[in-house]
Amino acid sequence: MNEKKKNDSVARAGNHIFIPDWGWLILSGLAALVLWYFLSINDKTGRSFPFVPYIIEAVKTVVKRGILWQDFSSSMISVVLGFALGFVTAVPVAFLMAWYKPVRYIIEPWIQFIRNIPPLAYVPLVVISAGVGRRPQVIVIWLATFLIMTVTIYQGVRNVDETLIKAARVLGAKDKDIFVKVVFPATTPFILTAVRLGVSVALTTLIAAESTGATAGMGMRIRSFSNSFEVAPMLLYIILIGIIGITSEKIIKTLERKLTGWQEKREV
Amino acid sequence: MAGEERSVKVKIDHVEKIYEGRNGKMIALNGVDFEIKENEFICVVGPSGCGKSTLLNIIAGLLEPTSGAVYVDGKKVEGTGIERGVVFQQYALFPWLTVLQNVMFGLKLKGMSDAQAKEIAMKYIKMVQLEDFVHSYPKELSGGMKQRVAIARAYAVQPEVLLMDEPFGALDAQTRTQLQSELIHTWQEEKKTCFFITHDVEEAIILANKVIIMSARPGRIKKVVDIDLPYPRTQEMKMEKPFLDLKAYIWGEVYKEYLEVRK
Repeated sequence: MNEKKKNDSVARAGNHIFIPDWGWLILSGLAALVLWYFLSINDKTGRSFPFVPYIIEAVKTVVKRGILWQDFSSSMISVVLGFALGFVTAVPVAFLMAWYKPVRYIIEPWIQFIRNIPPLAYVPLVVISAGVGRRPQVIVIWLATFLIMTVTIYQGVRNVDETLIKAARVLGAKDKDIFVKVVFPATTPFILTAVRLGVSVALTTLIAAESTGATAGMGMRIRSFSNSFEVAPMLLYIILIGIIGITSEKIIKTLERKLTGWQEKREV
Repeated sequence: MAGEERSVKVKIDHVEKIYEGRNGKMIALNGVDFEIKENEFICVVGPSGCGKSTLLNIIAGLLEPTSGAVYVDGKKVEGTGIERGVVFQQYALFPWLTVLQNVMFGLKLKGMSDAQAKEIAMKYIKMVQLEDFVHSYPKELSGGMKQRVAIARAYAVQPEVLLMDEPFGALDAQTRTQLQSELIHTWQEEKKTCFFITHDVEEAIILANKVIIMSARPGRIKKVVDIDLPYPRTQEMKMEKPFLDLKAYIWGEVYKEYLEVRK
């Protein structure tokens, strides 16, 4: 009873109106448009926020110039390569760290240390050795995703419930069975969380990675639009990066729900 | 059960377990000698820290004794083996597997085909009355149901010895009595040598042929009490004199130990 009362007093106007989720989405979109419109007519912010017609014009321009697809695919190739390398290296390192104390004690502090340095800071360093072009981009994304995914998967392996391993053992499981049938499924939620965080880090790192000497790519193009004061295409690219980010997150979340629906609590 | 000659199933031969800790040695088990006969139901009671769980883990092969050994059918225990099943207090169900898949887990490890494993698993799921929940995941089950699945899973691989570490300890009183009755029933239908740890003296008496009282620091066997109550055992017996006498006696002994530990 008390609980209910509290809820009622907290409830503000609008909470009792029923609007379906898609309705809210439309309202949210409209609200953003209105805000965007006011930003675009304001003297100070107008130059940074050209309104929708300019953006549509920009779409036409970048498609005509043939750079949109080129930039998009270039960025995606870097992200996918860097992320894939990050993932295949993070998994074994995370497991080794979880199982062997010396590995853990020697590696972990450095992983934590480097993880706290923004990639933008060490991009120039990588470029000095790796040259310009795709290679430094892939290396930086690899490094950044490797760090975040190693930490996450490592936590997962350490969190595997000891009793489950015992239970498997008394049911006749050998070491190999325990890895395949207990440790691996028990770690799956953490691996998926790692993938989600990794993809998000890959995208943020991409823009930093493309800041030096790239010949194509979303991040590089934003810089070049900035140099030539082409604001509308710049804003368009920024919005596109947002769309790529949210789409990949949605896909991974769906995957997480499908694969780890058995969990008592879902990780955030 | 007195007078019946049965072979020795489990022989605990001077088992000692010493933990080397930061504050020096801790003797968890100080030379435990005991024999469990075929199809006997043994309950172990004693204060926390008396080494009951340690002893169970040693019999299961999950822990190695510092000295001494455990023999099952005359064969020395080295590591785990499917002739010794374990039911844990925390259920230990695999959360990513359904009830059916959990019960099939050990059967599949034996190398059975899906169909064969499923058939046997279904038999034991029916035994614990969960046939309506075969495709549920553990998170969808209550504590009592989870423990039923764990019992079915342990039974399914057909162990000869069943080791239970406070299996009903986390359940509410009502569910606990219900599961006790079910366990008595199951044990009568499909006899197994049982080694059951509990804090609950009533539970020990209603289930066991023999109650072992352990003392703490260092852990050892203090007394063995024969429980000559007739079968089938019912919850009503808990109100009758023979039961109450046993309870008063065992509880008194355990309480003395509890006071010792508190010193």
